[in-house]
Amino acid sequence: MTASLEVEGLAYAYPDGTQALFGVDLTIGRGERVALLGPNGAGKTTLVLHLNGILHGGLGEVRVGGLAVDPKDKKGLREIRRRVGIVFQDPDDQLFMPTVREDVAFGPANLGLRGAELEGRVRVALDRVGMAHAADRPPQHLSFGQRRRVAVATVLAMEPEILVLDEPSSNLDPASRRELAEILLSLDVTVLMVTHDLPYAAELCPRSVVLSGGVIAADAPTRDLLADADLLAAHRLELPFGFDPAAAPR
Amino acid sequence: MGAGHVHRLYLDRASPVHRLPPHCKLVAVLAFVLLVVATPRERMWAFAAYAVLLAAVAAVARIPFGTVVRRTAIEVPFVAFALLMPFVATGEKTTVLGLWLSESGLWSAWDILAKGTLGVVASILLAATTEPRLLLLGLDRLRMPQLLTQIATFMLRYGDVVAAELGRMRVARASRGFEARDVRATGVLAKSVGALFLRSYERGERVHLAMVSRGYDGRMPLLDDVGATAGQWSAAALLPAAALLVAAGAWMGI
Repeated sequence: MTASLEVEGLAYAYPDGTQALFGVDLTIGRGERVALLGPNGAGKTTLVLHLNGILHGGLGEVRVGGLAVDPKDKKGLREIRRRVGIVFQDPDDQLFMPTVREDVAFGPANLGLRGAELEGRVRVALDRVGMAHAADRPPQHLSFGQRRRVAVATVLAMEPEILVLDEPSSNLDPASRRELAEILLSLDVTVLMVTHDLPYAAELCPRSVVLSGGVIAADAPTRDLLADADLLAAHRLELPFGFDPAAAPR
Repeated sequence: MGAGHVHRLYLDRASPVHRLPPHCKLVAVLAFVLLVVATPRERMWAFAAYAVLLAAVAAVARIPFGTVVRRTAIEVPFVAFALLMPFVATGEKTTVLGLWLSESGLWSAWDILAKGTLGVVASILLAATTEPRLLLLGLDRLRMPQLLTQIATFMLRYGDVVAAELGRMRVARASRGFEARDVRATGVLAKSVGALFLRSYERGERVHLAMVSRGYDGRMPLLDDVGATAGQWSAAALLPAAALLVAAGAWMGI
């Protein structure tokens, strides 16, 4: 079976000369949920923007479901962007249409879907995040947690191969945080979750990788990784006060 | 539509006027306004007839009279200009209530006041019966360049977001003891506006990134195709058709 995501020797420097990635290797199997951990400035966002070909031009290769990301191949790029669903950190950046329904329809409509098929996709995606009741409301009138859930629906509607979440728990109150976790656990999709929220990683992702200094510095089961105090300290990762990964429920 | 919050100019009612497709209403209002403007100002009865037509539309759309009157306040600067006309215009003079006024100025003032008010009321009725996003869809249908409708769509979506950001900046300034007392405060306010511009610009870049990630290629997919039937077009044509009769009568000098 092909892996959902294969990254090989990915290196990238920004046009101003700042080198962000120094050869990243990462493979994520179909159906896996993986947390991408790392301090600020480690290159997490740079890596994420390579997954759907928004950033390119360095060395190395990215393949999604076996298909190589090639920025020169317009048609292939469209398929890559269907396969990689990125949920950005600020839902106000992600939700730009006048109503929730139109926003969720935006992605599949760009893929050429119309009419009943499009409506079906929208309904299913909103159902999966429990937001079908808000279909006709403008996004700015939803709560922050609801907007984050709708943002997840906007990429689920494209039926992605891999769901990439950038800081999904940031700015959420504890109830919204738990609700989002339940939704993410209920999805049958490969997940790559970029986060600083280590308990959230422990709850949702059996496997974690640490991106530090532009390379993958560690790749292990989340529980083992969080129990390694020296490793965490070396990469500016810290558990919140009172959290013991060994005592967390499985 | 209309579940929960909508725009503040829009009044959610179940009426035949609300149900008409937006592009029909846009064309009807435009035709109506053109006819009003083309009517000779001396035919005062014609303007009364136009007012009756608009009142009928408001009644069918169940828009309260008071709401319409309150919203005409937007016209006040033009009214002030119109009221000046009789004093500054040249030509034959006449006496009104003991004031020595220009006759052509009086006619100009009436002209601006009557046509302006009718145009404003027609627009108020359009805005009260059509959601802003549907108006934009209507403009799209009428072949307005997509670049303009896209810009307006984003204004609609992000107006509140930017306003909230401005509000937070104001609170943050005030919390550190800033008060805009006199002209020296201009520098601080200008810097705030500059910062707001940069933030909005950066947000624009992030929004674009999110759009490209979902397959945006420069054209918005047309989602709701708001087609109109012949019946809907004829219903929308009732207002300009009645106005045409009035205008024709006025031209023929009745």
